[in-house]
Amino acid sequence: MSKYTLQVNGETHEVDADPQMPLLWVIRDKLKMTGTKFGCGIAQCGACTVHVNGAPMRSCVLPVSAVSGPVTTIEGLSNGNELHPLQTAWIEHDVPQCGYCQSGQIMSAAALLASNKKPSDADIDQAMAGNFCRCGTYVRIRAAVHTAASFYNADTNAKKGA
Amino acid sequence: MGLNRRKLFKVSAIAGGGLMLQLSLPNALAEEGKPLVASKDLNFYVQIASDGQITIFAPNPEMGQGVKTALPMIIAEEMGAKWEDVVVVQAPIDSSKFGMQGSGGSMTIPRNFDAMRKMGASAREMLIGAASLLLEVERKELEARESQVIHSSGRSMTFGQLATVAAQQPVPDPEVLEFKDPRSYTIIGTSVAGVDNLVVATGLTEFGIDVDVPGMMYASYTRCPRRGGIAKSFNEREIKRLPGVTDAFILEPDDRAGKSSFAFMDGLGVLRGGVAVVGDNTWAVFNAKNKLKVKWDESPASQDSWPEMVEQAKQIAAKGGGDVKLPGKTVDAELSNAKNRVQESFYEFPYVAHICMEPMNCTADYKKGKSGEPDTLEVWLGSQFPELAKEAGVNMFGLKPENIKVNGLRMGGGFGRRALHDFSAEAISISHRIGKPVKLTWTRTDDIHNDFFRVGGFENMKAAIDTNGKLAAWDQHYIGFGNNGKPVIGSGLRGNEFSMVALDNARVTQTLMEVDTSCGAWRAPGSNTNAFVEQSFIHELAELAERDHAEFLIELMGSRRWFEEGKISSLNTGRAIDVIKLAVEKSGYGKKKLPKGTGLGLAFYFCHAAHVAEVAEVSVDANNNYRVKNVTVAVDVGPIVNMSGAISQIQGSIVDGLSTMAMQKITMKNGEIEQDNFNNYPVMRIASTPSIDVHFIQSDNQPTGLGEPALPPLAPAVTNAIFAATGKRIRSMPLSEAGFTLV
Repeated sequence: MSKYTLQVNGETHEVDADPQMPLLWVIRDKLKMTGTKFGCGIAQCGACTVHVNGAPMRSCVLPVSAVSGPVTTIEGLSNGNELHPLQTAWIEHDVPQCGYCQSGQIMSAAALLASNKKPSDADIDQAMAGNFCRCGTYVRIRAAVHTAASFYNADTNAKKGA
Repeated sequence: MGLNRRKLFKVSAIAGGGLMLQLSLPNALAEEGKPLVASKDLNFYVQIASDGQITIFAPNPEMGQGVKTALPMIIAEEMGAKWEDVVVVQAPIDSSKFGMQGSGGSMTIPRNFDAMRKMGASAREMLIGAASLLLEVERKELEARESQVIHSSGRSMTFGQLATVAAQQPVPDPEVLEFKDPRSYTIIGTSVAGVDNLVVATGLTEFGIDVDVPGMMYASYTRCPRRGGIAKSFNEREIKRLPGVTDAFILEPDDRAGKSSFAFMDGLGVLRGGVAVVGDNTWAVFNAKNKLKVKWDESPASQDSWPEMVEQAKQIAAKGGGDVKLPGKTVDAELSNAKNRVQESFYEFPYVAHICMEPMNCTADYKKGKSGEPDTLEVWLGSQFPELAKEAGVNMFGLKPENIKVNGLRMGGGFGRRALHDFSAEAISISHRIGKPVKLTWTRTDDIHNDFFRVGGFENMKAAIDTNGKLAAWDQHYIGFGNNGKPVIGSGLRGNEFSMVALDNARVTQTLMEVDTSCGAWRAPGSNTNAFVEQSFIHELAELAERDHAEFLIELMGSRRWFEEGKISSLNTGRAIDVIKLAVEKSGYGKKKLPKGTGLGLAFYFCHAAHVAEVAEVSVDANNNYRVKNVTVAVDVGPIVNMSGAISQIQGSIVDGLSTMAMQKITMKNGEIEQDNFNNYPVMRIASTPSIDVHFIQSDNQPTGLGEPALPPLAPAVTNAIFAATGKRIRSMPLSEAGFTLV
């Protein structure tokens, strides 16, 4: 067991953990934040996607000892009570079915929009290739990412205008 | 139909004033759909607070199929509520109040539609009664809409203002309740977003796997890789020394865990012998699981082997015969008539797994009674039939049902897998042993290896086409799987199969091979494979007859008739023809100009009381890479309750159907499952998603569910399209094994 200091959603946490323990289980079992999901344990399904230093990472295969920067989970994606445009779009497009994969889907999409405010279908397909949805909500995921991108663009334009 | 049986309404005031209405009536459709839900009274609650907030309890488990939103919509509609005023709360698991709370068989909507309407209509009549008293006007001059009761003069009172007085009104006789004219609906038939979307999108939903109970331990469980093997010993000292591990022990197999009052699942969810590891976090017990060295007694273990099953089935097909389910009239004569053209085709479909995104898990807290008090148990889990999780506690430990509390949580997928309770029997047994609350989580490998699979199988098809290009004889030999001569779930042909009711000269026979591998209900059981065989073979016959496929298929339907009038589980050829024609028209089938290497494929199937036709547009390149560009879906499930939810279920069924047919296959070798995780059991990704074009015929038939019926026609629509594009006929799934790659 070793001590680790983690920055998660802007807060500092001291945790005692085995160096090999994946970040996923530190977040879920030690920090008791359960929005990040366990799906496969081998970085195939994407349900455990979080951001480390802003980049999407599969937390089920990332040992806590290898975490090298601030972590954002689905619980930290909104700005206080103000939802991230993706979260608003997810609700509007009625994307979720069972909902289990959606935290990971939204985190992957958020990383895409952070670097590409006008993604094409091909950009979305590429950025979302690491996440699958067993319920098959892909049609709506794609539509919601486009809608969220348009919020961003409208927002930017409004700010420019003001 | 049991609608004339005893019905009962109860009413009482809620704290702080307001109305609470409870409707209890028999499950009207219990006999109709060969119940996945046991027949018990259903009870539903509506509460109206003085501030106008309307709370509606959603009684049935949510697994992504949308019933937590759809059922309350029906109540709100009949009440005259404004949807914005409604708060939906998942009802607690309590059969004494809510009856059997189950989700399965696409039956939640048909079973509950009228009950929900009565619930809403009763509340509406009581609110109108209250307004009549308070406004001193005649009831007939009042109307409920937008969460108000409005008088013809324009005077009105809100539901919140009326709630306390409404609660004192006599409860109307459910027999004389009148329902709203569907033309005046403002909620039913519209698109309503899922009531849990906000918590899902913010990561705050509580699934079973997210449960945290004070003092809770974490557990993993390891069963014999060869199904049915029993743990004899393991490296106990080494395992117990691992960091985070607090205990490790063997559980003996226990068949009592699989005993169920529910015939559909009786005998399935047994406790398998294995090794439990307990610790202070999930990773510690997963890590220990990987280091386990177990000595197994494999003498009772399964020896199933898929390649041997395939060989055996081919021999059975060549020999013919089987139990006669339908004798036909002159089948042999037509097949041997030299003037007829004859086609014989052997079809194969594999075992597949459920792979719910949320691996199986259960939290249990078994408390031994102190000083003569009885033992108690509390269980937390996502289940399609949560109350039945009590059965393991009753049957294994002699607990009384009233001393067991079950908490039903949202499921991260069900698809039929969460109808069974093997995993909860494990969690209960571990908690019983350690005397503490424990959360058991399965790894993905546990989940795949210990699934109750969609059963594989084979069909040998023969048919004769006469000189007029018409079907003269149909000979269908189903080669499936059973235990002790009884078909396993999803294997074999049911009596309501299209080929058995609609065709004129059809012989249907069936042979079952014995299997140990556990099988269960997988989204549209039986139908999901029969559709592939029947609808592909009909296309083969249309080609043999040199006929247009759509015209040939419609001809096979014959005259417009409903085989068992009034019974929703019975095929109605008129509705079938209408959806086929609609899919043809909307897809441009037969008219659309298509580039070389692109084809349209048609398929129809009737199951789960739904008539569905689909046309897939597929392009195939020289290397057999295929892309499903578009799927046109025409559906008659009667009126639609939630348009967004209905389309969502169809989109999901198309993607699920495509993912499964394209790349999924479970194989066993000497009783061991050969697939472990998503690296060798892949799932379709977003890039392969077709556009999906949905059209409803909103007939005035009883509304039915959409969780399953749009899936079965997808596979034959795609393989028929590949044939249209390339002339290559695919008779086995998954397509990856036939050399075709989905892109």
